[in-house]
Amino acid sequence: MSESPGAGPAGGSTFGGSTLDGSTLDGNVLAGALGEIFAADITSALGQCASCLRTGPLAETRVYSGAVARCPACAAVVLRIVRAPDRAWLDLRGLRCIQFAIPADQ
Amino acid sequence: MARAAVLGRLSWRVATVAAVRDEAAGARTIVLDVPGWPGHAAGQHVDLRLTAADGYSTQRSYSIASAPDGERIELTVVSISGGEVSPYLTEVAEAGDQMEVRGPVGGWFVWQPDAPDPVFLLGGGSGLVPLMAMIRSRAAAGSRAEFRLLYSVRDPSLVLYRYELRERAAESSGLSVTCAFTRSAPPGSARPAGQIDAGLIAAAGWPPARRPAIFACGPTGFVEAAANLLVDLGHDPGRIKTERFGPSGGTL
Repeated sequence: MSESPGAGPAGGSTFGGSTLDGSTLDGNVLAGALGEIFAADITSALGQCASCLRTGPLAETRVYSGAVARCPACAAVVLRIVRAPDRAWLDLRGLRCIQFAIPADQ
Repeated sequence: MARAAVLGRLSWRVATVAAVRDEAAGARTIVLDVPGWPGHAAGQHVDLRLTAADGYSTQRSYSIASAPDGERIELTVVSISGGEVSPYLTEVAEAGDQMEVRGPVGGWFVWQPDAPDPVFLLGGGSGLVPLMAMIRSRAAAGSRAEFRLLYSVRDPSLVLYRYELRERAAESSGLSVTCAFTRSAPPGSARPAGQIDAGLIAAAGWPPARRPAIFACGPTGFVEAAANLLVDLGHDPGRIKTERFGPSGGTL
């Protein structure tokens, strides 16, 4: 088993890292890629799968090829991300809702 | 659920290797100085980007092994045979080298030193690394949360942080460490080599009634097995946080 060079649309750079052929990672690995886009940490936000309606932290999704996150319950694609040198495409069609905890003002 | 921390825009920073340290067969700790590093919580990781002279660049995620320490962080990298990045980091990189890091990232698989609950850590192979950051942060912060670690590793030559774990556990500081070998156990071991099982988890961890915070990290197979065994033993799935990484069948 070897690390995949991750030949993707992003000029050959691998996303999310530690991408291993045949080995799934989880949504924790997307924190950097999504941290470029969102102000809050989205991996600890609760996402509801549009397919099976399971709700859970996006950290628990199964991540394939470093850029496709699937529901741990039904395996439907919940999130895809594609990165080019100067932009990112984020496909959230598999998520029905994302719930963020926002601390109340003290 | 963790608080949604506002992070600001995440950007790459140039880090300089301050030192390297061998930890075990094929495993090395890379000590990095990162000017502008904002600090991190135990369990978080960084994305690391290497760029070759011809402009080819590639990135990987690595868990931070160290407790917060100003602008210095430590990553422990386990070499993956045939890998693109890890052999470079474990065999070639040396003090003075520069690389880019982005982070800290990840707010889910995180332990905060002000949490009083007992903690059960389950690490498979290099999955020990973020758990070590928790153990070190606990000591650095003077936390009294009681920790128990179950560390599953292929054979004794691959044990990470061997002496440090022994010392920290010997200080009777509220940390217990159980090592389980999956392929070959040292002579005289009470337990023959084998995968983790319910009996081992029950003996090494906390009773479900204590409602420990549980962190399981390692290759997918290890994490799935650990999580299923924990739930079968009566632990609340909502108290179990998992992180999967590394090659299945690697150092586990």
